[in-house]
Amino acid sequence: MAKPTLVYTTYIRSTPKKVWDAITKPEFTRQYWGGLALVSDWKKGSTWDMATSGETPEVYTTGKVLESNPPKRLVLSWVDPENLKDVSRVTYEIEIVKDTVCLTVTHDQFKPSSTMPGRVNGGWPRVLSSLKSFLETGKGLAAAKCA
Amino acid sequence: MDAVFKALADESRRKLLDELHKSNGQTLGELCVHLDMTRQAVTKHLLLLEAANLVAVVWRGREKLHYLNPVPIHEISERWIGKYERHRLQALSDLKRGLEQNQPKNKQLNKKG
Repeated sequence: MAKPTLVYTTYIRSTPKKVWDAITKPEFTRQYWGGLALVSDWKKGSTWDMATSGETPEVYTTGKVLESNPPKRLVLSWVDPENLKDVSRVTYEIEIVKDTVCLTVTHDQFKPSSTMPGRVNGGWPRVLSSLKSFLETGKGLAAAKCA
Repeated sequence: MDAVFKALADESRRKLLDELHKSNGQTLGELCVHLDMTRQAVTKHLLLLEAANLVAVVWRGREKLHYLNPVPIHEISERWIGKYERHRLQALSDLKRGLEQNQPKNKQLNKKG
């Protein structure tokens, strides 16, 4: 088993179901992910897209749902739409720890030539702290776009 | 947030985070090689960093891997840095780094414009 590349955790005063919904429903992701909608039916084998809203959506990231076990675990392939060979893997794990929810995001299996680690490295902490703020206060953070 | 400040208010623990920043996902043994501390001291500091959520842990078989988790640090910066200040602060810190590197080729300064 290879060593994961990027691992992030955040503790959120919420429930696993609410965290799952915040990750998988575009009306929620838009509020903390810099306006981006994450869209899929989140069933194993389905496609998912991260895109801007509006008439001509711009797709930032795409991929397939590799594993889906609501509200505990979601595994996605993470693909650069401009370079479909740039495939990596993102795993969301949602656990209850005492009276809070621990959300762990692992981003790994990068291709050797991938530019993705540098691109998401600063983005995940931004998105996760914005997600935490959204769930705890109802408001995401202003500059949460995953650049 | 208290736990984060307490964890960061110690030179040895900041060194541990520096070490993980250089190379993420290290075991206790690997961390000990680069640090001038006893194994017990490193263990103690790591537990405190874990409790503050500055270090995330992944088990690979029997190996415990430690990852720098910058999410709480990001929360601190979000609390006091306004969204329009970020770019100016980035430019200032690039300038400071460039000047303090004390090298004739200050190419880094131009990188982020």
